[in-house]
Amino acid sequence: MAQHVNFIEVGPRDGFQNVKDYIPADIKVKLIDDLLAAGVRRMEMTSFVSPKAIPQMRDAAEVVCRTLETHGDEGVELYALVPNTYGAKAAAAAGLREVATVISVSESHNKANINRTVEESLQGLEKMRQALPDLNINLSMATAFTCPFEGITPVENVLKIIRRAAGLGITRFCLADTIGEADPKMVRDTLTIVQQVFPDITLDVHIHDTRNMGIACTLAALEAGVCNVQAALGGLGGCPFAPGASGNVASEDLIFMLNKMGFTTGIDFDKMLAAAKYERSVITGNFSGHQVHIGEPCH
Amino acid sequence: MKTIDMYEVGPRDGFQNIKEYIPAETKMAIIDGLVQAGIRHIEVTSFVSPKAIPQLKDAREIVASCLRQYPDVDFMALIPNLRGAETAAAVGMTRVAYVVSLSASHNKANINRTHEQSYQALKEIRETYPQLDVIVDLATTFGCPFEGKFPASRVVEFLKDYVDLGIREVCLCDTIGIANPGQVRDILRAVQQAYPQLELQVHIHDTRNMGAACSLAAIEAGVTKIQSTLGGLGGCPFAPGASGNLATEDMVYMLNEMGYDTGVDFPRVLALAKKEVQLIPTGVYSGHHIRIDAASRCFR
Repeated sequence: MAQHVNFIEVGPRDGFQNVKDYIPADIKVKLIDDLLAAGVRRMEMTSFVSPKAIPQMRDAAEVVCRTLETHGDEGVELYALVPNTYGAKAAAAAGLREVATVISVSESHNKANINRTVEESLQGLEKMRQALPDLNINLSMATAFTCPFEGITPVENVLKIIRRAAGLGITRFCLADTIGEADPKMVRDTLTIVQQVFPDITLDVHIHDTRNMGIACTLAALEAGVCNVQAALGGLGGCPFAPGASGNVASEDLIFMLNKMGFTTGIDFDKMLAAAKYERSVITGNFSGHQVHIGEPCH
Repeated sequence: MKTIDMYEVGPRDGFQNIKEYIPAETKMAIIDGLVQAGIRHIEVTSFVSPKAIPQLKDAREIVASCLRQYPDVDFMALIPNLRGAETAAAVGMTRVAYVVSLSASHNKANINRTHEQSYQALKEIRETYPQLDVIVDLATTFGCPFEGKFPASRVVEFLKDYVDLGIREVCLCDTIGIANPGQVRDILRAVQQAYPQLELQVHIHDTRNMGAACSLAAIEAGVTKIQSTLGGLGGCPFAPGASGNLATEDMVYMLNEMGYDTGVDFPRVLALAKKEVQLIPTGVYSGHHIRIDAASRCFR
C-alpha cells in the first residue's frame, strides 16, 4: 500500500523570509542544491516581492537564474511566491514557468497581511491571469483553517474562493494553516469537504508546527487523501508577530516519519538532515525541527 | 465525548534528567500546579538509589506530601527493584511502575539485568507486596538504540510471562522516540488482540517530532491513557539537544480541540509549563506552545 507523497519544499521562501540577517545568495543557492540532491522534486524557492517589504528576498532573480542554470533541465518543479502581477512578471522574466500567489480566506487577515479585501485580491488574481496567460498560477489560501482575528474559518469561505479562482482557470490550490492552529480532526474534516466539492483540483497542504501538531496534521492530510504536502527544511520560520513561535513543519522530520511508515517520498532522509544541519550552522533563525538539534545520534 | 486520561510523568522522567538538585518545594509547587490544572494521574518520583539518581533523593518526602495533600489523585512512583517496592509500600503508595526493556541489551545497559533476572525480581516483588498495583513499563517497545526494531509478535511473546504473573496494566514505551504512527497502530493491534483484558498506556518521546502523531495514533487505536511531561521536559543523557517526552500541554491542547475530554485546563497547564521553564532553566524542553509569546498579536 505504498502511497506516493509529492513533497514540496518551501523553506527557501517561507523559512528564509523570517530570517532577519541577509542570507548570502551563495548559501541560498547551495541549500537549494542540497535539497534537490536529497530528492526534492518541487520547491517554492523564493518570493518576488518589494525589497523594501522583505529585504531578505532582494536576490530572488539571482537565486532563480543560478538554480535554473544548474537544474533547469532536471524536470524539477520550481516556482516562486508573488504578491501581484508585478512580481509575477519578474518571476517569469527570471525564467520561472509557475508562481504561487496568496489570498487569506479571512477578510481581516487578508487586510492585515496584504491590505486588500478578499474581493480585491480575487480581482488582482484575475488581472494576473490575464496579463500572463502562459504562466502557471497556483493559489495559496492563508488562514484556511483558523485566523488569529476571526477564529475558526468556515469551510464555506474556503469553497467560495476556490470556486471563483477555478472559474479563472486556476487548478492548483494550497490550504495553509498559517498560525499552526489546525488540529488533525479539523484538517480531515476540511479536506474531506473540499475534495468532495472539487474532486478535480490539485490540493496541497501547508501546516505550521506552532503548537506541535504539525506532523500529526500533515499525516491526517495524507490519510485524508491529499498527497501534496509542504514543509520547510529545519522547520525554519516562525511568525514575525510572535517571537519564538515555531515555523513550518520540518521537512526532515516529516520525511523521516513518512519513509519509515512506507510512504514513497523519493527523498533521502540522511541527505536532507545533513542539509538541515548545515542550514542551522550558517543561518541564525528559529528552527522548530527536532532532529536538527540532536548533537549526536542516540544510537 | 471520549475521555482520555493524561498520565503526567514529568516529575519523574523530566526531573531525573536535570543535573542540579531541584528543591523539594519546587517539585511540590509543580505537582500542585498539575493537580490544579486537572491532571489526575502523576508519576511523582522514582524509588531508586540516591547514588544512581541524586535528583530523586527526596522521593519519600515528595510522596508523603502528595498522599497527604491529594488523597483523590492517582500517584505513582517508579521502582527498579524489591528495595524500591519496600519503600513504596512503607510510605503507603499503592501504584508503582516497574521497568523492563524489550531489548535484552538495553535492559543490561539500563538496569544491568538479564531478562530472566528482571522477571524474577518482579515475581519476588509481587509475592512480597501483593497489595502493590504494578504497572509494567516496557522500555524500547518500538525500537532500541542497540538492537533496532522488533516485530509486534516479539512484544506479544515477551508480555506473556508478565500477564501470566498477574500484571494487568502495561505501558508501551518509546524510549528513544523512534516509533512512527504506523508501527504504533500495528503493535497496539497485536497486543490488544493477544491480551484483550490488558490495560494499556503509551509513553512516547518527541525526539523525532512524532510524539503527538504517535500518541494520537495510539488513541485512535483505542488507548485511553497517554503519558507525557510538562513542557516536554526531558531529553537523553547520551544525545545532547535531543527532545524529551511529548509535552503535556501540547497534547492537551490538541485533544481538547479535537473534542476529547481530558479534564485538563489548557491555559492553566500552559501557564504552569512556562513557570517550570523559569523554575528549572537548565532543562531541555521540547514543547512548542511554551515558546509562543502570549502577548503577540498573531495568537488569541
